[in-house]
Amino acid sequence: MELLDSLPFPPFGYEEKNGRLHLSVPDDMLRPLVSHLVRKEEGELSNLYYVPNENKVMALVLVPRHGIVVLESELEGEGYPSLTAEVPAANWYEREMMEMSGITPLDHPDPRPLHLHEWPRHVHPLSSAFDKTTKVPFTGEAHHFRKVEGDGVLEIPVGPVHAGVIEPGHFRFSTAGEPILNLEVRLGYVHRGVERSLEGCALNRALRLVERISGDNGVAHALAFCQAVEMSNPVPERAQLLRCIFAEMERIYNHLGDIGGMATDVAFAVPAAEASVLRERMLRLNAKLTGHRLLWGSVAIGGAARDLDEERKDLLEGAMVELGLAFEPLVDSINGSPSFLDRAETTGALSLPMAKDLRATGPVARASGWDRDTRRDFPYGAYERLGFLVPVRREGDVLARLNVKVEEVRESISMVKQCLDHLHAGELRSEVPAPEGFGLGLVEAPRGELVHCVHFKDGKIIRYKVRDPSFCNWPTMERAVLGNIVPDFPLINKSYNLSYAGNDL
Amino acid sequence: MLEIIERRVRDKKVVTEPLQLFQQQGRALAPMADSRCDLCGECVPACPTSAISIEGDWSVDAGKCLFCGDCLPACPRDALAFSVEVPAVSDRSSLVLRRNVPLPELRLKLRDEVRKVLGRSLAIREVDAGSCNGCEVEVNSLSNPMYDLERFGIKIVASPRHADMLLVTGPVTRNMLPALMKTYNAMPEPRLVAAMGTCAISGGPFGGTYAAGNGVAEALPVDIYIPGCPPHPRTVLLALLEALGRL
Repeated sequence: MELLDSLPFPPFGYEEKNGRLHLSVPDDMLRPLVSHLVRKEEGELSNLYYVPNENKVMALVLVPRHGIVVLESELEGEGYPSLTAEVPAANWYEREMMEMSGITPLDHPDPRPLHLHEWPRHVHPLSSAFDKTTKVPFTGEAHHFRKVEGDGVLEIPVGPVHAGVIEPGHFRFSTAGEPILNLEVRLGYVHRGVERSLEGCALNRALRLVERISGDNGVAHALAFCQAVEMSNPVPERAQLLRCIFAEMERIYNHLGDIGGMATDVAFAVPAAEASVLRERMLRLNAKLTGHRLLWGSVAIGGAARDLDEERKDLLEGAMVELGLAFEPLVDSINGSPSFLDRAETTGALSLPMAKDLRATGPVARASGWDRDTRRDFPYGAYERLGFLVPVRREGDVLARLNVKVEEVRESISMVKQCLDHLHAGELRSEVPAPEGFGLGLVEAPRGELVHCVHFKDGKIIRYKVRDPSFCNWPTMERAVLGNIVPDFPLINKSYNLSYAGNDL
Repeated sequence: MLEIIERRVRDKKVVTEPLQLFQQQGRALAPMADSRCDLCGECVPACPTSAISIEGDWSVDAGKCLFCGDCLPACPRDALAFSVEVPAVSDRSSLVLRRNVPLPELRLKLRDEVRKVLGRSLAIREVDAGSCNGCEVEVNSLSNPMYDLERFGIKIVASPRHADMLLVTGPVTRNMLPALMKTYNAMPEPRLVAAMGTCAISGGPFGGTYAAGNGVAEALPVDIYIPGCPPHPRTVLLALLEALGRL
């Protein structure tokens, strides 16, 4: 409520729902209000999207100390004053809104298409007039990359098919000699129409699809979806602990892969192989505990779908002890190698002001000195009862991201053990009433803060907005590589390890 | 560096697993109905990808199945279980598993001249054509020391020019189709195409929208279908070895 008093002008109306502050504002006031919350109250723009059925632009701003603010703004015309000029983090959201929904953020500095390739300008996949099965032919209109001109400037196109086994994306480097002058990341290759497919989808079916938005973050996505459907209705304690265990196991296997990947990318083969062995052991453990190597299907609406009996609990506890023992020598061999440090230190540094302006999240933000973690700042499920540290580094380089991930693995091992200690007999699932209105899922995925905003009407999903942490972090990588040499790009990219599928949807 | 060598000498552990072990382990199972099933049809709407049919007899299309298990609790007679292991096949229709009909065997029908050219080795180019990255996790797992793909002479190569096989994951999105075709056309002949995972076989949960197709077969001639969501590394490895006639 203090926050309300501090606003530069009063909103049309406000309402407190499930601990969130909902403000309705006129569309020309959206920009000054969001800008005030971000600049004066240190708020973070966490989502921005359009709801066609209600003709509303929704903005989600997380304000530390005050909580979650949802701004709803009904549009009077075809557009509204763009936020991007004052809140740079709004850039991609608004470009997405333009192509997907046909809403015009007025005076947007960069109104190029984002994820739809060679797509007609007047066709918008999220508008109700568009039949979702329409096959739209390519227009043949080439994408305009940002140009760097001058003597000796060379453009290097890379992708979408890469040398390694990674997801598809196009990187356009402008270089002068070795150093990178400019990078433009062009994504959208794995755009599968997820948001449109989820509209009108039955809830159990939607859960299976949501798990597959970004496969290696399947638990986090499923959890965010379940939170949105549950609408703060209580979930049994045992289920909360189990969800927490699965989410932390997901974080562990992801971070182990990243740590090994960074070693691979500097051709440091022994720790890379050791990390991949640890990761494979985790995947096998996942399969033994939940029946799926990537833990899919372990979370259910209203609780958990997989239980851990005594035998499995012992197995997990033993595995965590063993992992802890095997992990430390691995870390020592990476951090104790001067040739590795030489590659990682000062490479791909993202400054704190840049991280804040573009709104980095997760390990990327924490490595740049931004002390943020959804599990601690907006606790959900069992996290309130667990003791854990949020590792923060100041340097913002590859090594800082590596060390943040290393410490997060240690914390996650400890969290799994704590959850096992708390795990007492109890219900696995509770009945949840049919959702209605606005549901929010806010989860700390391995890559950072993950947001699902779901609008329900008569028990049906009418708009589903997914905001993967990678969507926030991709633009920050364009900045982090500047001045670095091209051969360091794979290492920087690996230290970020962003999801293409989660970004493209 | 010395410490690493010292540690490796001290541990003296070989983690790489012999081929026989993969052949024995039973994993990546598909659901199947037993004799208690009376074709009531309760499981049909429970399936998120409509993979189950009760026409004639109970059957599941392992090329559509997400292996999620949503059908199991839907059965009032408890007649469903994850009980059959589906191998890779070269004929799409044999992924439809029927009750009381023997499962397809892992026998890939590849042309003899292809096998002759390939010999005992295989170079693979992987293309993600819209996968959720679950399949990429498992392809990367193949290279870890436990599965150690390269000891079999199978290598994941950087360029399609060096590749004998195109391993495709994902339903083939609209935006990835041009790149997929370019990659395929850059490969020397004879070339094989493998569709890995439910999305690549049938489009999976994403297929049939403005943005995604219904699998690789719509775009390219597929030689090998590798079922799973995502397929277990063992399923992939056995498929690749069978393709080379080495099982």
